Amino acid sequence: MKYLLNVTSLEFFSEKCTGCGRCVDVCPHSVFVMTDKKAEIVDRDLCMECGACALNCEFGAIKVASGVGCAAAIINSMIKGGEPSCDCGGITNSGCC
Amino acid sequence: MHYSVEPGLYSIGKPDTGSDVFVTANYKLSFDILRKSLKGLNAWVLVLDTKSINVWCAAGKGTFSTDELIRRINEVQLHKIINHKRIILPQLGAVGVNARAVQKQTGFRVHFGPVHAKDIPEYVRAGHKKTDEMRLVKFTMLDRLVLTPMEINPAMKKFPLFALVVLLLFGLQPSGILFKDAWSGGLPFLILGLAGIFSGAFIAPVFLPFIPFRSFALKGLATGILVVFFLMPFLGLTGLQAISAYLFFPLASSYIALQFTGSTTFTSMSGVRKELKVALPVYLISTAVSAILLIVYKLYQWEIL
Repeated sequence: MKYLLNVTSLEFFSEKCTGCGRCVDVCPHSVFVMTDKKAEIVDRDLCMECGACALNCEFGAIKVASGVGCAAAIINSMIKGGEPSCDCGGITNSGCC
Repeated sequence: MHYSVEPGLYSIGKPDTGSDVFVTANYKLSFDILRKSLKGLNAWVLVLDTKSINVWCAAGKGTFSTDELIRRINEVQLHKIINHKRIILPQLGAVGVNARAVQKQTGFRVHFGPVHAKDIPEYVRAGHKKTDEMRLVKFTMLDRLVLTPMEINPAMKKFPLFALVVLLLFGLQPSGILFKDAWSGGLPFLILGLAGIFSGAFIAPVFLPFIPFRSFALKGLATGILVVFFLMPFLGLTGLQAISAYLFFPLASSYIALQFTGSTTFTSMSGVRKELKVALPVYLISTAVSAILLIVYKLYQWEIL
């Protein structure tokens, strides 16, 4: 399943890539593939901005603004300020996650 | 209710110094699924304190984290228990755990295993190798169906307030609040309210990929329009009341469907932000307009206008 096109904040800097393959390994939507011993983005519109690739890229070749893609969380953050978080009303394991 | 497991090191079968170590969250369901998948193997299970939240959500929240993993490795003195350096994390834990940082600080090499615990035996047999299939997160109709109560419940919690406003509006007469008028006038709106919840919190999530549009707001609007247009002929609403209903309820369905972005496995924050930028003003303005229409209707009814 694919969400909106051309919205992801995912950025890939090919010149920093050493071809370790970590991004391919951690991406749950197969956004990356290895070609000629370097990673390559095959379909950026599949990116859900979970941030696993950027956190685990040792060489700083990936940047993404990761965060909670939950409407309620984003509305809350618009009203109260700060970053969107899963904690709806401070109850853990509530509707959100 | 607490679905919690005490954080720490557990054994499955009869593990020794050469056995694999699997890391998980202290959410009881996550732990049980892992335990079941490891049946027949001899392995260690290292449970992190994620405040009883599953791995993926906890990784997003920062409790299934690099720091917590390092702390837990040190606390159980893992280096004294095993003689190798491999620890296996669920792949989705990569959202919160920086493998390189863990290795630097503890010496242990993090391997991101399959997304689903059920693939672990095959992954181990293959020499700790994942197939492409084991990396992917899916979102089947059954996955979506079991999530719908999480959408219906919060929406139903707001329903009594909505019902109160509707019944007050229709019951309020120059002579006081009349229960008969509240009920007969308000009933069509209460039915439409329930239909809007059903459309946004059930139909839209369950039939998600089959509904046109990528935007969840538009998906919910589409199912909302269908449901409301189907019901309207049976409800006998006319004039201002009908316009108000046509305006409000499909958009209520849209708003509720948009909430489902919080439960999916593929929507992004940038995408939801983009949707909200357009959708929120539309919701607010249309709610205000439909409320004004009903008030104008009441004023006509009272022969003030």
